[in-house]
Amino acid sequence: MCALCGVLAAEQHWSDPASRPSVFDNRRLPPTRRQERLGRIALANRVLALFRLKLTDWQGQRFMLANQTGQTEMVEHLIALWPTAQLLAKRPCDPLDPDLVDYLKQNL
Amino acid sequence: MAPYEELIPVNLLTGSLGSGKTSLLQRLLSSPQLANTAVLMNEFGEIGLDHLLLESVEDELVVLQTGCVCCTIRGELSSAIRDLYDRRQRGQIPAFERLAIETTGLADPAPIVFTLTAEPVLRHHFRLGNVITTVDAVNGEQQLGANPETAKQVAVADRVVLTKSDIAEAGGVARLKAQLMRLNPAAPIIDAQSQPIEPNTLMANDVYDPASKSEEVRRWLAAEAKTGRAQSGQDLGASRHDAEIGTFCATFDVPLDWTAFGLWLSMLLNCHGEKVLRVKGILEVGGMPGPVVIHGVQHIVHPPVHLERWPSDDHRSRIVFIVRGLEREAIERSLAAFNGLANPSDLAVPAG
Repeated sequence: MCALCGVLAAEQHWSDPASRPSVFDNRRLPPTRRQERLGRIALANRVLALFRLKLTDWQGQRFMLANQTGQTEMVEHLIALWPTAQLLAKRPCDPLDPDLVDYLKQNL
Repeated sequence: MAPYEELIPVNLLTGSLGSGKTSLLQRLLSSPQLANTAVLMNEFGEIGLDHLLLESVEDELVVLQTGCVCCTIRGELSSAIRDLYDRRQRGQIPAFERLAIETTGLADPAPIVFTLTAEPVLRHHFRLGNVITTVDAVNGEQQLGANPETAKQVAVADRVVLTKSDIAEAGGVARLKAQLMRLNPAAPIIDAQSQPIEPNTLMANDVYDPASKSEEVRRWLAAEAKTGRAQSGQDLGASRHDAEIGTFCATFDVPLDWTAFGLWLSMLLNCHGEKVLRVKGILEVGGMPGPVVIHGVQHIVHPPVHLERWPSDDHRSRIVFIVRGLEREAIERSLAAFNGLANPSDLAVPAG
C-alpha cells in the first residue's frame, strides 16, 4: 500500500513478467521492470491510437487511460484496460476487426 | 506468496447428471495416492462417499459488476473453500494436499475456475489442477445435443472419462468418442470400464507438475498434429450437436514478442472470451531460451509455465483454440499484426 495516498498495490496480470520470475528470469538480457512497463504502455498506445485513446503510467502501479475529450479512467492492469477502453471509445475494441488489423499493418 | 506450483491443486469433477461423477470419485479416493484429498460436493447423490474430508456447497452466485457469465464468483463455494483452508491451518482437520470439487450436472465450470483464480484469498493458496469431465456412453450423444453445458464441460476438460461403455451399443460408443475428440482433441479419453483409473494420470499430472509438465505439453502437441491433419483433410466436420464448437491450431514461424502477445490475448479474451472455451499453447518467445506454455479457460488465463527444452524438434509457436464461432485465419492475421508492432523486421506470418 502507498503510505501517502493509501492506494493498495495493484494486482499483477498473467502477462506481467514480474508475476512469474521463475519463467521470465530465464530471459537473455531481461529488461528492468520499469523498461518493461514503459514498453508495454508504448505498444498499447499504438493500438489505442485507433480508438483515439492514450495510456500513461501512474506511479508505476496503475495506468491512466484518457480519450480526446479529457475523460480519464484509472486502470489497474491489462484485464481492466480493454473494458475501460471500450467505455471511453464508446465502441468495441475487437482485435479481430479487419479494419484494426489493416491499421496495425499500415502503421508498423 | 508461495510459487504457483506449490499452491494446493484443485481438481474439478464435472459431467451431466447420472454420468458417474460420484462413482469415479469413489474409485479415485480409494487410492492411497489421494488419501490427503479434501472433497467438496454441490449435492449429495445416492452414492455415499465415505471420506474423511467431505463437505457440501450450496449454490450461490455473486455476479461481479461488469462481469460476464463466466466471471462470477461462486459465493458459497468460495466460503466453503476458505472455511476448509482455515480449519486446515488451525489443525482442526488434516493438512490436505489436494482438493476435489464435484459440481452439479448442469454446472458451468467457468465460474468455478474464475472463483479459484480471482477470489483474493483463494488464489494465494490454491491453484486449478486438471478438470475431469465424465460422459455417459449411453446418453452422451443425446446430452451433448440437448445441453450446451455438456459440450462446454467437455471442451474445458483436461481429461474425459467415458462411463457405462459396457452397457452401451458399440457403434454409439465409437461415434461418441469421435465427437468428444472433435470437441477437445487435447484431452485424453479414458474408458472407465476397460481402462485403469489411474489417480496420477487423471488428477496429479498437469502442466504445473514439474515431473509431468513436459509430457503434458507433448500430448497437447500430438493432439494438435492430429487436429491439423483433420483440418487439412477438411474433416473437422462438426456434427449437428456441436455445430458451433470448433478446434484449430494457430502456428507461427517467427518468435513472438511477449508484451505484444499479452496485449493481444487480453484484448481477444475481453471481446470474445465467451467464445474461447479453451486456449492452450507453446510459444517461442523472443529472448527466452526455452518455450513458454500458456493455457486458459474463457476469460481466464493461468500463469505461464517455462519449459527447459522443446518437446520436439519443431520450435514453432503453436496455439490450440477450442472456440465457438471464431475463425482461425482471423486469429492468425490479428496476432501476426500485433506481433509485427513489436518486431516490424520479422513480421510474424502464420505458418499456414
